Amino acid sequence: MSDLGSARPPEPGAGDHVLGEGPSVIVYLDVCCPRCAAAWPFLSEVPASLCVRHFPVEPLHPRAPVLHRTLEAAARQGAFRPMLSRLLLDRGRTDDPHIWRAAEEMGLDVDRLRVDREQAEVVERVDTDFRSGLRAGVVETPAGFHEGVRLEGDLEEALRGIVGDGGAPGGV
Amino acid sequence: MIEVGSPAPSFSLPDQDRNDVSLADFSGERLIVCFYPGDFTSVCGDQLALYQSVLGEIEEAGAKLIGISVDSADCHRAFSESLGLKFPLLSDFHPKGAVCESFGAYIPERGHANRSLILVEPDGIVSWTYESPPLEVPGANLIFDALSD
Repeated sequence: MSDLGSARPPEPGAGDHVLGEGPSVIVYLDVCCPRCAAAWPFLSEVPASLCVRHFPVEPLHPRAPVLHRTLEAAARQGAFRPMLSRLLLDRGRTDDPHIWRAAEEMGLDVDRLRVDREQAEVVERVDTDFRSGLRAGVVETPAGFHEGVRLEGDLEEALRGIVGDGGAPGGV
Repeated sequence: MIEVGSPAPSFSLPDQDRNDVSLADFSGERLIVCFYPGDFTSVCGDQLALYQSVLGEIEEAGAKLIGISVDSADCHRAFSESLGLKFPLLSDFHPKGAVCESFGAYIPERGHANRSLILVEPDGIVSWTYESPPLEVPGANLIFDALSD
């Protein structure tokens, strides 16, 4: 039997990508999702400990899986955050030549990036996130969780409620 | 919604390729029936795309998946192709909503199906139903919860 039955999202662990400091929040993103792109200026600045997980929905966004693997490969070179920002904020230029150029501009080893994104560990890493999101009931992105509970309604509003009114101006 | 323990109403509807698909075609198999409001709406697209992404595991769990809405077969074909769906979308177009209604999944004042999932057992008995508000997508996890019972 499949292991995709309901389960709370795993607490942030050693393999996770955690940005910022503050209350712990988990967010599942699809880098090809326009709603995620629209949310990113807020998410990138929110004063929270933001655990970002991969949730590429291939039927909606055929290129999402490879871009998430690219993001995971960039993380191996310490560039998770800049690559995530680049992918979300310039969604019109995400073919490979664009991505290699962007990686060069970030100072990444492009050859290594190309190899790493096809590594079984990277594929599995992205899939593990996706499956944990499915089990947690993620149906669209961005999807946030706080203390194991899904944040309903507008994500930005929910996060403001968690971090307080002083948080999160726009910005990247 | 149809009551758990009831026999699933028989039906025969055209799929996205205008091939007739009937309940009897799934005799001896577990069947997940996904009623949804309409093709080419963002929520329904999100829902069916999500289910497509786990279709292989639904089938590994011993079940088949079909979608039913009141859209035409031609509309289904375009919608299915746009998402690369590999499961049938059945057209309850004429008489409009009759099959949806037989499952208690029709909203007459809106003229379309509700958003619901139904599990039909190999003997044709409904063993699980789930209806969500029209703008809320039932997670794929709920399907696997139902299949594991």
